[in-house]
Amino acid sequence: MSVMQSLSGSISSSSSAFLAPTNFTSSSRAQNVPLPAKSFRICKCVAAPQEQITAYKTKVSRNANVAKLQAGYLFPEIARRRTAHLQKYPDAKVISLGIGDTTEPIPEVITSAMAKRSYALSTLEGYSGYGAEQGEKALRAAIASRFYKNFGIEEDDIFVSDGAKCDISRLQVVFGSNVTMAVQDPSYPAYVDSSVIMGQTGQFQKDVEKYGKIEYMRCTPENGFFPDLSTVSRTDIIFFCSPNNPTGSAATREQLTQLVQFAKDNGTIIVYDSAYALYMSDDNPRSIFEIPGAKEVAIETSSFSKYAGFTGVRLGWTVVPKQLLFSDGFPVAKDFNRIVCTCFNGASNIAQAGALACLSPEGFEAMHEVIGFYKENTDIIVETFNSLGFKVYGGKNAPYVWVCFPGRSSWEVFSEILEKTHVVTTPGSGFGPGGEGFIRVSAFGHRENILEACRRFKELYK
Amino acid sequence: MENLQSGYLFPEISMREFEHTQKYPDAELIRLGVGDTSQPIPDIITSAMAEQAQNLSTIEGYKGYGAEQGNTELRVAIAETFYKNTGVKGNEIFVSDGAQCDISRLQMLLGSNVTVAVQDPSFPAFIDSSVILGRAGKFQKETSKYGNVVYMNCSPQNDFFPDLQTTPRADIIFFCSPNNPTGYAASWHQLKQLVEFAKSNGSIIVYDSSYASYISDPTPTSIYEIPGAREVAIEVSSFSKFAGFTGVRLGWTVVPEELLYSNGFPVIKDYDRIVCTCFNGASNIAQAGGLACLSRQGYKAITSVVDYYMENTKIIYEALTSVGLKVYGGKNAPYIWVHFPGMSSWDVFNKILEKTHVVTIPGSGFGPAGEHYIRVSAFGHRDCILEASMRLKTMFS
Repeated sequence: MSVMQSLSGSISSSSSAFLAPTNFTSSSRAQNVPLPAKSFRICKCVAAPQEQITAYKTKVSRNANVAKLQAGYLFPEIARRRTAHLQKYPDAKVISLGIGDTTEPIPEVITSAMAKRSYALSTLEGYSGYGAEQGEKALRAAIASRFYKNFGIEEDDIFVSDGAKCDISRLQVVFGSNVTMAVQDPSYPAYVDSSVIMGQTGQFQKDVEKYGKIEYMRCTPENGFFPDLSTVSRTDIIFFCSPNNPTGSAATREQLTQLVQFAKDNGTIIVYDSAYALYMSDDNPRSIFEIPGAKEVAIETSSFSKYAGFTGVRLGWTVVPKQLLFSDGFPVAKDFNRIVCTCFNGASNIAQAGALACLSPEGFEAMHEVIGFYKENTDIIVETFNSLGFKVYGGKNAPYVWVCFPGRSSWEVFSEILEKTHVVTTPGSGFGPGGEGFIRVSAFGHRENILEACRRFKELYK
Repeated sequence: MENLQSGYLFPEISMREFEHTQKYPDAELIRLGVGDTSQPIPDIITSAMAEQAQNLSTIEGYKGYGAEQGNTELRVAIAETFYKNTGVKGNEIFVSDGAQCDISRLQMLLGSNVTVAVQDPSFPAFIDSSVILGRAGKFQKETSKYGNVVYMNCSPQNDFFPDLQTTPRADIIFFCSPNNPTGYAASWHQLKQLVEFAKSNGSIIVYDSSYASYISDPTPTSIYEIPGAREVAIEVSSFSKFAGFTGVRLGWTVVPEELLYSNGFPVIKDYDRIVCTCFNGASNIAQAGGLACLSRQGYKAITSVVDYYMENTKIIYEALTSVGLKVYGGKNAPYIWVHFPGMSSWDVFNKILEKTHVVTIPGSGFGPAGEHYIRVSAFGHRDCILEASMRLKTMFS
């Protein structure tokens, strides 16, 4: 590998934390770390060190599916750009409204339950080893009761996990590589990326910025961010997120009824991501299981990440109704259970204690206060962009604001905003081709940062 | 998924336990089946976790998403504690929620077109996850083996180390040492052979060292003690049996930078991608606990618990040997592997359960070469271990 090649090393397949300046002692090998543009000089080619020419390679082929991925996962890329920006402007006060990372402390009623559980693990009576892979009984019951009462979902339909993102990949393992899938366009990147990794897709087609074999269901202002199902081809699986990340749009009862009917007619399974349901202001369904017939066609996945600030604590759940069957009559829940027992070993018992506290009356109220805080942040951002004359979407039912920059490249707008205001956002095209021309602004942050960011936006776009 | 023959082994054992307690509600069941830790976690570690939890309620202490690869401090601590002098660096370590989960993530990384070799007997997750990923071929009832998997027999005849000269090539070799279930820990020379075998075949070793902390003699605790291993091996390990973290959930995987696919692409880059896409980091509270485990005091405290389990192992080992049973393992691992020549392991399991109310695990659950063996795990309160040993002695004398 020549010196030139190692200087222009690719940033793909890497996360920012991976490449971020750390205290690791660096090895003598070239590490493919990209250098900031201004230090790029003309280099003479020198003979590569002997060890690089004769580097031992195994005979194991790289997984062609992983090789199909075009770049790193979206959010580590955003983090990497943020880090690079900080290196360029070490004195800038960078405000992060990119990655949807919660910022506010977790209410004490919840953290003290986790502290209590931790201490208990030091006692004979309180020590517990392996938990049930599906989750602790009390927590499963509390989730069923709190979120799914009256919808016929029972405790044993609930599988507690370390988060929705992890569950999405476990569901993909259940489905296998021979299924076809549909996603909203734009959508949360984990659906597409996990599908590519599992081998469900074809190659990436650069001209349309889509992977082959995926059905992209365009969601735009023109169709009220709900796909025209009459133009959607049948697939085995449909990933549907509502309230939506990134557009912030929430599907109505009528729309979800259509979706369930569509799935029923086509023998399709819906994977319904309801991680932002508690952000809903409008009177829309919070769970797909509010729709009659949904238990026979849908799986629902959710998370405490954005409800309780558990982004680092890690707790989520997936509902697989008993009524959901594969084409041969085999219950999907049985296979999901097998995956959970074989490929997973349960969520952390301490995190589960925290989740249980979240669902107590006191905990639930406290959670709502924090959600309310982020919703106020969202209002401030929406109002700011509205006042500047932008077409603004979302923000009402989700902590994301979807701002239209017609005719412009979203990565360009992202860079412009970052460069000129030191505010990190997320370019819409990171969520799919349907996101081009949009920027996602997330509303997680301390109030003063939100206000400051908005002040800077007003300065830039006045 | 259809290719799997039954439920995962350990929930099956739990089910049988449950049925037994229904049948004999007054019996004092002693569980030496599933290798579940039983002793409390030392205070110094749980108070670190409690403190981290409480900090999450403060503005200064609140943390959201962590790096998917794990906290830098913890990654460095793992490198310094377990991989001193082996060249393993913090940035080659990926912190996770446990080895079982990492095995499946590695399977997703490698994809369905690779061939796999496992020890026979071995921890069932290696085979089961291979079946799930579609590369095991069809199950053959006559041999109790999956068609496309290479089974490397490990038995008393070959000192529990496979005869590599007669082992066909596979892309991936799963190797667990100290071994679950046989308890055997491979020697430096044996591991050197394994690394050379992998090198000459261009294979990748996935080395499971979850029980390394149970080694009490100079046997290698990491594959990276072997020269050349960095180019051929991934290592997976866990805080579960080391620190009683079976419920807390923390582990790690090492992917050396030198490990390359056939086209020269570094495996670590793809693994990082998997970790960023299919995972979101281990719980920050568990990671705080992990860091405390690796502090001077914490490490000392945990080692006492490991010693406690090894003392348990000794008690069981001696009890079974004293009644003339053929007993293996138990020296560098908390598992004892008992030979019942000519007998079906499920039959022996049932007989033991019925007669002594002690739960063990039938060897065939770990692969066809486990037939005629029973695994007895040594996790448990001392009084239970002593009681179980007495009951087993009585049954077999």
